[in-house]
Amino acid sequence: MKDLQLITLTVNGTEHELVVESRRTLADVLRHDLGYTGTHLGCEHGICGACTVLIDGSPARACLTFGVQADGCSISTVEGLASDGELSDLQRAFSERHALQCGFCTPGFLMLAEAYLAEYPNPSTEEVREVVAANLCRCTGYQGIVEAISDVARSRRESR
Amino acid sequence: MKPAPFTYHRAHDVRGAVESLHELGEDAKLIAGGQSLVAMMNFRLARPSALIDVNRIDALRYLRRDGEGLRIGALTTHHTVESSGSTAALAGFGVLSHAARWIGHYPIRTRGTIGGSIAHADSTAEWCLLAVLLDAQIVVRGQVGERSVAAADFFHGFLTTALEPEEMIVEILFPRPAPHAALSEFAQRKGDFAIVAAAVDLDVEDGVCSAGRIALGGVDAVPIRVPEAESLLQGAPATAETFRAAADAAAAAVEPGSDAHGDADYRRGLARTLIERACAQAIAV
Amino acid sequence: MSGTGIDPAPGEATLSRAGRWIGASVPRREDPRLLTGRGRFVDDLDRVGLLHCAFVRSSVAAAGVEHLDLAATRNVDGVVAAYSAADLALGELTAILERPEFTVTSMPILAGDRVRYVGEPLAIVVAEDAYAAEDGVDAALVDYRPGTAITTMDQALEAGAQQVHAELIENTVLDLEPFSDPHIGAVFDAAACVAEVDVRTGRQNATPLEPRGCLAEWDARDEQLVVHVSTQVPHQVRTAIARCLRLPERSVRVIVPDVGGGFGLKCVVGREEVAAAAVALRLRRPVKWIEDRRDSLTASFHARQQAYRARAAFDADGRILALEADVRCDVGAYSVFPFTSGVEPLMAATELPGVYRVPRYHVRARGIATNKAPTAPYRGVSRPQIVLVMERLMERAARELHLDALDLRRVNLIEEFPYTGINGITYDPGSYRASLDLCEQQLRDEGWYDRRAQPTADGTVLGIGYACFNERTGYGTEAFSQRKMTVVPGYDIAGVRMDSDGTVSLTTGTSSHGQGHETTLAQVAADQLGLPPTAIKVRQGDTDLVTYGWGTFGSRSAAIGGGAVHLAAGRLGDKVRIVAAHLLDAEAADIELVDGQARHRDQPERSLSLAAVAEIAYLRAHRLPKGVDPGLTAEAAFDVLTSGTFSNATHGVVAALDPATGQAQILRYFVVEDCGVVINPRIVDGQVRGGVAQGIAGALFEEIRYDEQGQPTTSTLIDYLVPTATEIPVIDIMHLETPCTFTETGAKGMGEGGTIGAPAAVLNAVNDALRGTGVELDSVPIRPDAVHRALGGNS
Ligand SMILES: Cc1cc2nc3c(=O)[nH]c(=O)nc-3n(C[C@H](O)[C@H](O)[C@H](O)COP(=O)(O)OP(=O)(O)OC[C@H]3O[C@@H](n4cnc5c(N)ncnc54)[C@H](O)[C@@H]3O)c2cc1C
Ligand code: FES
Ligand code: FES
Repeated sequence: MKDLQLITLTVNGTEHELVVESRRTLADVLRHDLGYTGTHLGCEHGICGACTVLIDGSPARACLTFGVQADGCSISTVEGLASDGELSDLQRAFSERHALQCGFCTPGFLMLAEAYLAEYPNPSTEEVREVVAANLCRCTGYQGIVEAISDVARSRRESR
Repeated sequence: MKPAPFTYHRAHDVRGAVESLHELGEDAKLIAGGQSLVAMMNFRLARPSALIDVNRIDALRYLRRDGEGLRIGALTTHHTVESSGSTAALAGFGVLSHAARWIGHYPIRTRGTIGGSIAHADSTAEWCLLAVLLDAQIVVRGQVGERSVAAADFFHGFLTTALEPEEMIVEILFPRPAPHAALSEFAQRKGDFAIVAAAVDLDVEDGVCSAGRIALGGVDAVPIRVPEAESLLQGAPATAETFRAAADAAAAAVEPGSDAHGDADYRRGLARTLIERACAQAIAV
Repeated sequence: MSGTGIDPAPGEATLSRAGRWIGASVPRREDPRLLTGRGRFVDDLDRVGLLHCAFVRSSVAAAGVEHLDLAATRNVDGVVAAYSAADLALGELTAILERPEFTVTSMPILAGDRVRYVGEPLAIVVAEDAYAAEDGVDAALVDYRPGTAITTMDQALEAGAQQVHAELIENTVLDLEPFSDPHIGAVFDAAACVAEVDVRTGRQNATPLEPRGCLAEWDARDEQLVVHVSTQVPHQVRTAIARCLRLPERSVRVIVPDVGGGFGLKCVVGREEVAAAAVALRLRRPVKWIEDRRDSLTASFHARQQAYRARAAFDADGRILALEADVRCDVGAYSVFPFTSGVEPLMAATELPGVYRVPRYHVRARGIATNKAPTAPYRGVSRPQIVLVMERLMERAARELHLDALDLRRVNLIEEFPYTGINGITYDPGSYRASLDLCEQQLRDEGWYDRRAQPTADGTVLGIGYACFNERTGYGTEAFSQRKMTVVPGYDIAGVRMDSDGTVSLTTGTSSHGQGHETTLAQVAADQLGLPPTAIKVRQGDTDLVTYGWGTFGSRSAAIGGGAVHLAAGRLGDKVRIVAAHLLDAEAADIELVDGQARHRDQPERSLSLAAVAEIAYLRAHRLPKGVDPGLTAEAAFDVLTSGTFSNATHGVVAALDPATGQAQILRYFVVEDCGVVINPRIVDGQVRGGVAQGIAGALFEEIRYDEQGQPTTSTLIDYLVPTATEIPVIDIMHLETPCTFTETGAKGMGEGGTIGAPAAVLNAVNDALRGTGVELDSVPIRPDAVHRALGGNS
């Protein structure tokens, strides 16, 4: 018998009520039950960070959290970053710095950076590099990612 | 890599969690941050029949100072400790917030908890090492009530502890401040579990060590103290020579195993280097 | 570009200095969708009634299969079906080299009575969701009759060793001496200096961040099996599926969605892809297979595990007199389709001399089977190793001859082009010497040599290392035919179509998976058609859309795919000019295509928009000139008929070695590279950096390991150390430009160079840091514990 749970998730501001099996990870719930396929799975054991989302504003591996654990929580995914079709500053910086090639890791890095810059608005490049080390990218060698996040930190600082 | 089925239960307080552990039998497990447990479940290396989610027991998220020392609630995240370095509660415990930065990465630290780490009992885990170094008490609650286990007695072997199946860790108590303590570790990739980790806590006054404690992870199945080396610190000048002698003694005293990450000799060498580095940092603070 | 339905890429697109789109850092067309979560990777696809599958895999490395019991599996909640090899009765994958030195073996889709590596698929389980599919796998029972696992090449070659395949002798799949020189020994005997190296390189997994996967579905209306696959080679997957399922090729359509990296691992056909397709056909229901990371690390494909014994003879001035090598490649348990397990030994034997003038050459290269996961080409294919071998030989000879190691390279670098080497390859012009000079100069100017001479505060020792190399790219049919595969890749075909409103779409047989072809190929066509790249939509990776193609691997796409696009777009442009000339009452030769207009070269006011021309071509075809067919389409094939075109580079590395931990940290990475005409500088730099990162990974971190029973011990990303941002340094790049004379665009391929040069440069830097210790390392990965031990351990 499947252990089923009725849960409520607010994803990027939209509330969803659904029944999930207890063992379904938040990543699978988001991707396959709710269609937020921007969150990716690259390892399912916490190393790659492709599945990074924000749970109540704080970054988390969606592969290491069960959907049912997030019941009642507010989830932010990559789909919520752009508004009205306008890319966010972070998304634009990723493109300008060529911080993505295949793009599979990109949503994870964007969400990681989003959470990080919200908590630490004044990072040094070294600190950015250290936080970028939380996730894996196999294509870029990370340089563009570090530059993009540093650019955004700088420009947000200047516009404050 | 999808976990085997289990039933899900949510605890709202410690009593509820402990009762559920009792009712659901020994294949039931608590889930805190899930940063160790869920990975093992995804590999199906762990197959609990039931999970009791303790994340909503907010009463166990605290850092508090009282006459007995620093109390950290079991559900306090690594990140909370990391970012509380300048709070009054952590005065004299800077080593904890520094050490937290060695644990995995930012998104791991925002979820993973100190109680989960102690319960998981990896020999190189920073919290396990510091608990042993600083003579922490692990406060656990069971059906019959609460008991306190000294860290030195808590860790039994590879991923095994003094915790009974129906018990839950509720608090870690660090009895005395450690203003001259530091942790140093080595892994090939930053953020990984260390191959070897060393932590030291020195009592220094006027350039002399009145006493010192040294703990090592990665040289045994559990984090260990090295009395052979600690005795060399006692009453010795706080100099590089003293630290080197202690480090040498520690390297000679330990009996590490060999695995894919390094053989016994290498681990000994790392232990020596890391103790020296930790000592140097400890007197610099 | 509003109203086109196409997202503008962020940032301004501006022409290059030469007034062309080629050479401009055009923002990538791929980016907006990938940045917003609208990319569509195979696991993002969904279907009504979708089933998920997982594989029962061998838990032992070498055994007979006594019994496979799927009864319990079929009873698991949510499991829909489970099939063994006997149940499906599929054809096998057989890849052939038509060479007497090659022994043909086949790879069944599911193993039957024998398993040859841990992770080999034995049965496919189909279920309502991926969780239940794994429950079904758990319930399967397999009885094995264990045999001896062959886990090393030495063991494979022992007399009386168990053979991985009954057809093999000495477990040898390929044993060739393409260049032999029976009297070479005399040169060594008389030489002023003989340098020798014994090099071993670790087994690696290419580790694309997206593991493999597919979704197969039967289209009842079109009577076609449609398979969406994360692959680099859609047409070859189609051929394999059609053959194994005994279907005509037109009954199979392979579509490639967004692909999360490949690096070669996805340029061969996976058994699981074929099995999933077979099950979809049988059940007439959509079936998805998504590989997980454990399977990807243990049961997909590996590469790179090689052993070299090599020596080179030098005269007293450091000139190479002769080169001799014995190369062994651990190719694992099966030969992969279509490339065979001969790729590594063939590449190594042919290319070893590299950028140096080598007058005499003798080589033997073998592919040796073991009970480990099969191998596939991985970015660089043997060239990271051969560069490492040559660069170690250079360093060693320099030390023995008391010459500067860079000067010794200068004595030997090829400087006159075209140069035909002893290996029969003709090297087109490059900047071998200049790249070395500039790279050294840069590190000198930055003061690294001074810093190297000073003691450091933290007890680390600085070392400086270099690697000079070239990268053969743009392998055409001619070059590939020399491998003697029965399936010969090489050319590519592109199609271009302008619709009645003047918008353009183009199809290519290459298959991008991170390289940004939707951008670069549009740039190539844009210059031909006088349109901005945003007006051109690139379609790829669909066997029903593209005539035929060889996909993307071997740094072929820019050179060859780009060539085909250039030609096809040129042809379309010709037709547009003919129609426009007729309408403008001018000569076609006087019409130029600029800014979306067809206009008279000398009287620009005589012009028509391309949209107007296109409208005539389709909607008012009666106004076309006589003899001109309606419509605006063109197709072209392009091939390279020479040895290919060679990019080249020098990498310079500064590493800090911590003798206490044995760990090397890279402080500075500088690349001087020449890939001819750069189509999009930003994308080229990205390829270099990503390549270098993978090369550093192979030099310092990653190694797939097995225990003596053939059990993989690196089945997680906790054990297999893919480096993160704190291990990969900033990589700076300087470009030189020696255009290729025979690709249509002047571009050379360049997708692999970063990976090729990095291991040698890093290893040389570490060895430089070890100077004076008597320790010299010749193998990768450089393990910190090994460095520590080499330095005397704790004594
Ligand atoms: C990529 C990555 C890197 C990491 N690197 C490090 C590192 O460098 N150093 C390090 O120390 N850790 C590291 N970790 C592990 C991390 O610190 C975990 O948070 C920690 O080990 C477990 O805490 P948790 O709250 O996540 O526990 P869970 O995973 O939820 O539980 C772990 C175990 O503890 C039990 N448990 C949990 N809470 C309690 C409790 N209150 N009482 C009794 N039993 C309990 C559970 O039943 C389970 O058996 C890493 C993890 C990841 C994914
Ligand atoms: S998929 Fe979650 S960390 Fe890799
Ligand atoms: S862009 Fe491909 S993994 Fe990061």
